[in-house]
Amino acid sequence: MSNDTHQHIDSVGTYVLVFLGLICLTVATTAVAFVDLGDYSVVAALGIACCKMLLVALFFMHVRHSTRLTRLVVLGGLLWFAILLLLTLGDVLTRGWVGVPGR
Amino acid sequence: MASDTHVPAHQETLALREQFDTAAQQKDASTFGMWIFLITEVMFFGGLFLAYTVYRHLYPDVFDVASSSLNVYIGAANTVVLLCSSLTMVLAVRASQLGQKQMIVLFLVLTLMLGFVFLGVKGYEWTVKFQEHHVPGMGFHLEGLTPDNAVTQGHAQLFFSLYFAMTGLHAFHMVIGAGLLMYLIFEARKGRYSAEYNTPVDLIGLYWHFVDIIWIFLFPLLYLIDRHLGR
Amino acid sequence: MITTAVHEREHYLNESYGIKSWLLTKDHKRIALLYLFTITFFFFLGGAFATMIRIELLTPTGNFVSNDTYNKLFTMHGVAMIFFFLIPSIPATLGNFFLPMMIGARDLAFPRINLLSWYLLVIGGLFALFAMLAGGVDTGWTFYTPYSTTYSNSWVIATAIGIFVAGFSSILTGLNFIVTVHRMRAPGMTWSRLPLFVWSNYATALIQVLGTPVLAVTIILLFCERVFHIGIFDPALGGDPVLFQHLFWFYSHPAVYIMVLPAMGVISELVSVFSRKPVFGYHVVAYASIAIAVLGFLVWGHHLFVATQSVYAGLVFSFLSYFVAVPSAVKVFNWTATLYKGSISFATPMLYAFGFIGLFTIGGLTGLFLAALGFDVHVTDTYFVVAHFHYIMVGGTIMAYMGGLHYWWPKMTGRMYPEGWAKLSALIVFLGFNLTFFPQFILGYMGMPRRYHVYPDEFRVLHVLSTAGASVLAVGYLLPMIYFIWSLKYGALAPANPWGATGLEWKTPSPPPLHNFDETPIVTHEVYDYSTVIGEEIQVG
Repeated sequence: MSNDTHQHIDSVGTYVLVFLGLICLTVATTAVAFVDLGDYSVVAALGIACCKMLLVALFFMHVRHSTRLTRLVVLGGLLWFAILLLLTLGDVLTRGWVGVPGR
Repeated sequence: MASDTHVPAHQETLALREQFDTAAQQKDASTFGMWIFLITEVMFFGGLFLAYTVYRHLYPDVFDVASSSLNVYIGAANTVVLLCSSLTMVLAVRASQLGQKQMIVLFLVLTLMLGFVFLGVKGYEWTVKFQEHHVPGMGFHLEGLTPDNAVTQGHAQLFFSLYFAMTGLHAFHMVIGAGLLMYLIFEARKGRYSAEYNTPVDLIGLYWHFVDIIWIFLFPLLYLIDRHLGR
Repeated sequence: MITTAVHEREHYLNESYGIKSWLLTKDHKRIALLYLFTITFFFFLGGAFATMIRIELLTPTGNFVSNDTYNKLFTMHGVAMIFFFLIPSIPATLGNFFLPMMIGARDLAFPRINLLSWYLLVIGGLFALFAMLAGGVDTGWTFYTPYSTTYSNSWVIATAIGIFVAGFSSILTGLNFIVTVHRMRAPGMTWSRLPLFVWSNYATALIQVLGTPVLAVTIILLFCERVFHIGIFDPALGGDPVLFQHLFWFYSHPAVYIMVLPAMGVISELVSVFSRKPVFGYHVVAYASIAIAVLGFLVWGHHLFVATQSVYAGLVFSFLSYFVAVPSAVKVFNWTATLYKGSISFATPMLYAFGFIGLFTIGGLTGLFLAALGFDVHVTDTYFVVAHFHYIMVGGTIMAYMGGLHYWWPKMTGRMYPEGWAKLSALIVFLGFNLTFFPQFILGYMGMPRRYHVYPDEFRVLHVLSTAGASVLAVGYLLPMIYFIWSLKYGALAPANPWGATGLEWKTPSPPPLHNFDETPIVTHEVYDYSTVIGEEIQVG
């Protein structure tokens, strides 16, 4: 029933590798910002940020060794934020699509 | 009537609370509790990320210019500082799992120092914003807007309101994290953490990494909007 | 029959004495009583505001209070009732007391956080109380911008801080319950053997944990805008006041499920015991609780139908709002099916349960009326809406709360309440409630706006009926206060299981010992298995 990490103790090397990956991604996202990708700049930036988040979560926060329940909790949190974002944007992005009679 | 397991007096580091039956159950429950707390934090910051998304969608050009007024190199450097602190934090957790008592203290202290560096840099950035009149309210003025009128200046204020709210809330969480680290260092120096009992290090580590993840998103969203336009 | 003389046996109430033993307790049972005391105070405070509102509405012109004062009255009524009574009520009192017992645990997972939750409610309450006494707040409990951020000259910040702090009380309770249900169940207490009251509180806890933080950050933004003038809702800067409404209702709609789900959990227990039958469709009811919690997060835009939200978003939210009614309706069907061929007794808790089922159904159905975009345009911000939510909150939640209080009173206190007076009070509540709130449906349909105290003459009769009802309702709520307190000294001593109920909490003496169980129970029976309690003497009125 115990959840974890004292059975899987990652090596210092693993952590340093992940850290270097994070640094590279930081450099990448900063560099990419200076390149004109049009509307895809945001996609690139968020995509890289998500990769960094995954690295921190999976390795530094030990999610890759954790129970299904922990992963469900993490996914649930992200999903709920997505609900807040998407349904609100559903309003903001569609305003003015249907005209109001008389205006 | 008492709890079902005996806690030998010398194992005071286990600190088995009477509502739990085993140390494993206690650690499990505590870790689960911390994860639930972290998702409340996701929703907490989430409201600000929503506001940011809405206004960036509505006023992309103004957000562009406003973002350019932030120093991207300082922001990137600070991001690296925080990532370093995440590394030292997870190494502290690892040390506690291995019972390496002096390494625990060392890595926790490094984490704390890096956290202070981050906060110091942030404080510096904020003073720059104050000096440049980029603080919303009286006397606000952002240069480089086209067109430059009351309306667009208003939109620019929205960016900076979000900038201060988001980085401010993040910094507040870091200050709390620093306080928690100081508590951990204090206890670790007493030799309280070991392979049998390292839950607080683990949990505060989770918290610290979460605060790092928030910054991982704040950095591109606030600092890296359309830098190619070279303003 | 096990009736142990209360003063001979040690139990959670007499194992230690003195104010410190209460204010520093880690015992979930004592904390539940601390909460009971606090929320009862706020219930009567909110009730006092309601009394003043109803007195004012006796006459079509505003001659009892001024416009500003009236605005403060309905605001403070709402704030007190919602944030400091309804949201904590069942989870923090009955849930705190019985959730650990029902799963066979000695306490919640985090007892000190439980105590902290109570202190946070009290501190938040003090801020709100200060605001009320210092002059009041007049923005409506919904705090819409820009009035709350810019134009109101009332104690917005103090109230907002109070609600903010109370919000953390709610979050921590939710966190505690979730971890407890996952990790503290006794051996043999599988998810399928959990009483439905536990399922409901678990689902409620999910909402508390996922929704309340958004309210917290919204209050921070409101604070910043009002105090530092760094506005993100300010139209003068290009800000969107409707963004406030999205953020506010993202929490506040699920909040109504925080208020009603635990009540539904109580009803499941009552309907089962007082029909002596397992709840029909146990798994369906359990999953319906989770479904309500999840779907409840997808419908908040129905509060923004006429707030300049886009029509497409209105469509989506309307559709989803119909969806969320389904699991609630399923529960009503299942409770009804539970009654079928049951051995029904009309003890006071069951009277409240019957009241709940009927009144909640009416309230829920009128919610569907409101979910229809076309209809909503006509009745939004009228008394129709007021009646709708009072049918659910008062006719629903408060009835269930009263039912639960009566049902579990013997266990909590070791005393029986006087059944005759209790039945009478239940009847008075039911009659008073309907007389108060049914006319309000008609008023709203006819066009009476909410939050107005000046109205056309033609609405007067209905308002007078409503106020008359409120007077009756007040009596119905005061009587239990009196007889519950009376019963503490003079009530009949309660046996361990006066109702012949299943459930681990009834296997302990009344009142329970400090650690609930002398040995961790091992659960071998299914839930609501009445064959296990045959022969128990039942004290049913």
